[in-house]
Amino acid sequence: MSVLLEVKDVSKSFGGVAANVDISFDVTEGEILGLIGPNGAGKTSLFNAISGDVTPDKGEIRLSGVRVSGTGPVACARAGIARTFQVVRSFDSMTVRENVMVGAFCRHTRAATAMAEAERVLDFAGLAAQADRPAHSLTPPEKRRLEIARALATEPKLLLLDEMLTGLTPTEAGAGVQLIRDVRAQGITIIMVEHVMEILLPLIDRAVVLNLGRVLTSGLPGDLVQDPAVISAYLGDRYAQ
Amino acid sequence: MTNAITRRRRLELVVGAVVLAILAVLPLPIRDVYTQNLIILTILYAGLAQAWNILGGYCGQISLGHGLYFGIGAYVSTMLFVDAGISPLLGMFAAGAIASLVALLVGWPCFRLSGHYYAIATVVVGEIGHLLFLNWDFVGAATGLYVPFHGQSWMNLQFRTSKLPFHYLALVFAAATWIVAWVLEGSRWGYSWRAMRDDVIAARSLAVRVFPSKMAASAISGFFTGLGGAIFAQYVGYIDPDSVMAANISILIALPAVLGGVGTLWGPLIGAAILIPTSELTRSYLGGAGGVDLMIYGALIVGVALLRPAGLVSLLGARR
Repeated sequence: MSVLLEVKDVSKSFGGVAANVDISFDVTEGEILGLIGPNGAGKTSLFNAISGDVTPDKGEIRLSGVRVSGTGPVACARAGIARTFQVVRSFDSMTVRENVMVGAFCRHTRAATAMAEAERVLDFAGLAAQADRPAHSLTPPEKRRLEIARALATEPKLLLLDEMLTGLTPTEAGAGVQLIRDVRAQGITIIMVEHVMEILLPLIDRAVVLNLGRVLTSGLPGDLVQDPAVISAYLGDRYAQ
Repeated sequence: MTNAITRRRRLELVVGAVVLAILAVLPLPIRDVYTQNLIILTILYAGLAQAWNILGGYCGQISLGHGLYFGIGAYVSTMLFVDAGISPLLGMFAAGAIASLVALLVGWPCFRLSGHYYAIATVVVGEIGHLLFLNWDFVGAATGLYVPFHGQSWMNLQFRTSKLPFHYLALVFAAATWIVAWVLEGSRWGYSWRAMRDDVIAARSLAVRVFPSKMAASAISGFFTGLGGAIFAQYVGYIDPDSVMAANISILIALPAVLGGVGTLWGPLIGAAILIPTSELTRSYLGGAGGVDLMIYGALIVGVALLRPAGLVSLLGARR
């Protein structure tokens, strides 16, 4: 499998706070990569750098060999990077279908083809029954689904999921996990930030652990939970034997 | 493909055609010149409000300086007609094009401001235009411009014996802005505008190009506002900066959409149908004494803002 995303020596500071320091890792095509670490580790900052919302101070990010860092969110979306947000953002004056069509217009100029693409994505994401409801009337798990559907409508190569399973009931989270597996089965590479380890670990192929803005370690999920450095970062030195 | 969106849009076309048919026969039995005038102004403002709605409603960029585009449209077609003998029928498109260009020039710096700051900047730009024209001898300064009567014809766009031609001209103008709004609403631009109005960060993440989209909305909105200004100038036969460019014109263009419902196809029409007759009737019956007409006007806006913040169109049960 070839490398889809390369993150090379990415650093970003906000004022005096170093959110990301010399972060490097690769993401292989078709994998689900977990980006984990305690609060304030720099996960969302890194997401914002990959999605083009912030420009790294140093280093670069390449998608399929082409530099995307610093090109801005619009160019990143067109290059094939889609994302969801930690705090759900929906277009509340529009219906679910219209929300998804905004994403579909990324690749389709004509309304009719964008509408057909939206139809396909709504079916895939299990939102067909809610298609004509106003977005603001959705339940929180439905809104998360809407964000994924909208992102998928841009026909991405890489999907960034920022805490999309957080705050859901076990049943809702289970349905979310299934949706993520279905997305990967379509050949879309996924990077996800998540705190709920018992859901995340069985789902991901590999994890990168961040702590205090740096890459602490990376590897298979099973190995990482045994790693004293990881345990110490999460729970404090007392628990790392 | 049939779904809720295509069904709704088809219904809108049908309702639009019915409204157009009613407005087309409406003036035929009316002999009273005052009422005819009132209807013409209402239809003209329905078109202007729809033009404003493209930028202020769908795109969410509240402009309080549309009087500038209206005034520029009025001046361009009038000066082309008076000084160069160009038919206003052609001149009005030049008027629209130049107003559109000015709207782009205003948008270039002002769209870097967000929210209320953009609205404040448009007030300032509108007032600069007003003062400039008040002191610019080339355009008649404070004296304004008369449109001399060259004979009654469509070429000259001048009619003395009947108001009917202007009724139909205003109707064509309003219908054109409505159709343009309808087309845009279902297009990529329409979706981009509404998305960035709701959440600009999410819109960008879906490849919505915010600045160019705003410029497009501004250009289209400016074009039709300028066109309306040209029609108004021919209709009244006399323009000066206070009557076509002052701040109250900007307000009069923006308010019908706000009252009726911003970002909706019917809002500007409903708003104009209520506001323009109210404003004209209170002024003629109360004579403007003590500003009672303005108080009624203001109370109407405050009432809608408090009771129906989404505009009167939300009373119809239609979400948009």
